[in-house]
Amino acid sequence: MTVKMKTHITSRTQGVSNKIVDENKENIVKISVKDFNFYYEKSQALKNINLKIKENTVVGIIGPSGCGKSTFLRCFNRMNDMISGIKYEGAICIDGKNIFDKELDIVDLRRNIGMVFQKSNPFPKTIFENVAYGLRINGIRNKEYISEKVSRSLRNAALWDEVKDRLNQSAFSLSGGQQQRLCIARALAVEPEVLLLDEPASALDPIATAKVEELIHELKKKYTIIIVTHNMQQAARVSDYTAFFMMGELVEHDLTSKIFTKPSKKITEDYITGRFG
Amino acid sequence: MCRIKERLIHGLFFLNGFFVVIILLGIFSLLVFTSIPAFKEINIIEFLFSAVWNPDAYVKHSYGILAMIVSTFMVTVGALVIAFPLGIATAAYLSDVAGQRTREIAKPVVEILAGIPSVVIGFLGIVMVGPLIAKIFHLHNGLNAVNGSVLLAVMALPTIISISEDALNSVPVSYEEASLALGATPWQTIVRVKIPAAVSGIIAACMLGMGRAIGETMTVLMATGCAPAMPESFLGPVRTMTSTIAIELGEVPYNTTHYYALFGVGLVLFIITFLVNMTADIVLHKHEKIVK
Repeated sequence: MTVKMKTHITSRTQGVSNKIVDENKENIVKISVKDFNFYYEKSQALKNINLKIKENTVVGIIGPSGCGKSTFLRCFNRMNDMISGIKYEGAICIDGKNIFDKELDIVDLRRNIGMVFQKSNPFPKTIFENVAYGLRINGIRNKEYISEKVSRSLRNAALWDEVKDRLNQSAFSLSGGQQQRLCIARALAVEPEVLLLDEPASALDPIATAKVEELIHELKKKYTIIIVTHNMQQAARVSDYTAFFMMGELVEHDLTSKIFTKPSKKITEDYITGRFG
Repeated sequence: MCRIKERLIHGLFFLNGFFVVIILLGIFSLLVFTSIPAFKEINIIEFLFSAVWNPDAYVKHSYGILAMIVSTFMVTVGALVIAFPLGIATAAYLSDVAGQRTREIAKPVVEILAGIPSVVIGFLGIVMVGPLIAKIFHLHNGLNAVNGSVLLAVMALPTIISISEDALNSVPVSYEEASLALGATPWQTIVRVKIPAAVSGIIAACMLGMGRAIGETMTVLMATGCAPAMPESFLGPVRTMTSTIAIELGEVPYNTTHYYALFGVGLVLFIITFLVNMTADIVLHKHEKIVK
């Protein structure tokens, strides 16, 4: 809480003008989704989504398979652009700037928004080079700076102690949970403002999952996090806000504590209590 | 009854498969046994390391194939220097940059390129590439190692392109996604992630292309000038192992040392291509294991 307050105060005193301020809550709105529609070829995958995400919060996105959770997540860094025949409507604004603006540089956008995928996907390089990759593609050559940054990112991803003696080994020599945290470290190294996590713990055992969740709690202090999860308990544990999606529609979005105790819609309650899905 | 039929079919397929092996062994032993008599008269060290090939001399016949080996390698290496970057760039373009339609047109075209008869390519070497080289470097004629390299590069390209492209395509999409999500440009993603991940496949592609270039005969015979001496430079005429065999075997008296020596040249060539192909195969399998 104190951390939230602090961020709030510093943001206020800096007087960031282009940010939209939600008067009722303490944090600044970092991302706002307005009347957003998304289509694959002919089928509509997301229908008229409206959502506001505050800075330094964790938003959990839950819903049954095929409800558009991952599609929605991949809109924030325009990862869906890789697929042909897609169409966007409406706007997603990050710090007040629409990411679908024609003048926006997609490379800059992605540098600002880190993503961790469902299946850990380290590069077939060494542990060190995996984390350094984001810096190198930015043209950074200073060796000291890079190694300093790599070690800090690995510490932030709670992986440093496990790998500090074998940074030059292949990333594939790590366990599944370590690989996933390596991917998080890789995303952190470029200092994004927003982190997108797509079921980051779905392939991990409970211990590794607990580590990743703990990490999310820590990371919240610096980043705005959107996490897609299939696991309701996980959403309840890690997120401040929860958005429930169904059939491409945002059914309900509120404080996690509220969604999980007294949701305002019957269908949300049915899903959360396990009556379907 | 059914069992007998089953066994017969089994046997038939076994024979078919075995037949290929027998042919390979047959060719190999033919080369070995026919070249053995040559080494009764020629010192094997001299054969491999002397550059003088003069089987028709009055006084002393010389059977040194070093000049041919050097010529073969010059032409082949030259071809690879041209085909390697071009092939990888084309493969990267086809797998990552080109749109669906371009790819659908370009891929069959690359395969058709592989089907052009080598004599046609040699013909192009004489009437087009040769004069061009002569003009650029101010030479009397353009029939030299560079000409052969250019033509062999054209012939090795389809192999290099299609196998490199397969290797690039087998790189998991997740690597590409991870790289793009970090804010890498498509170019950075290809050069820093995809090509390194596919590197063993690409090397294998180049080795197979090299195997094709080493064994090629008609093109080099037509375009390289065929002077049976140690090559002086890339712009001088060269005579490869394959050209020598093709030129001389038809006219050599049967069962002479010269005749046997030509089989010896064939054996050396066979061993070289065999080693190149085997290395390519090993590298390729290693790559498949990593990707899976």
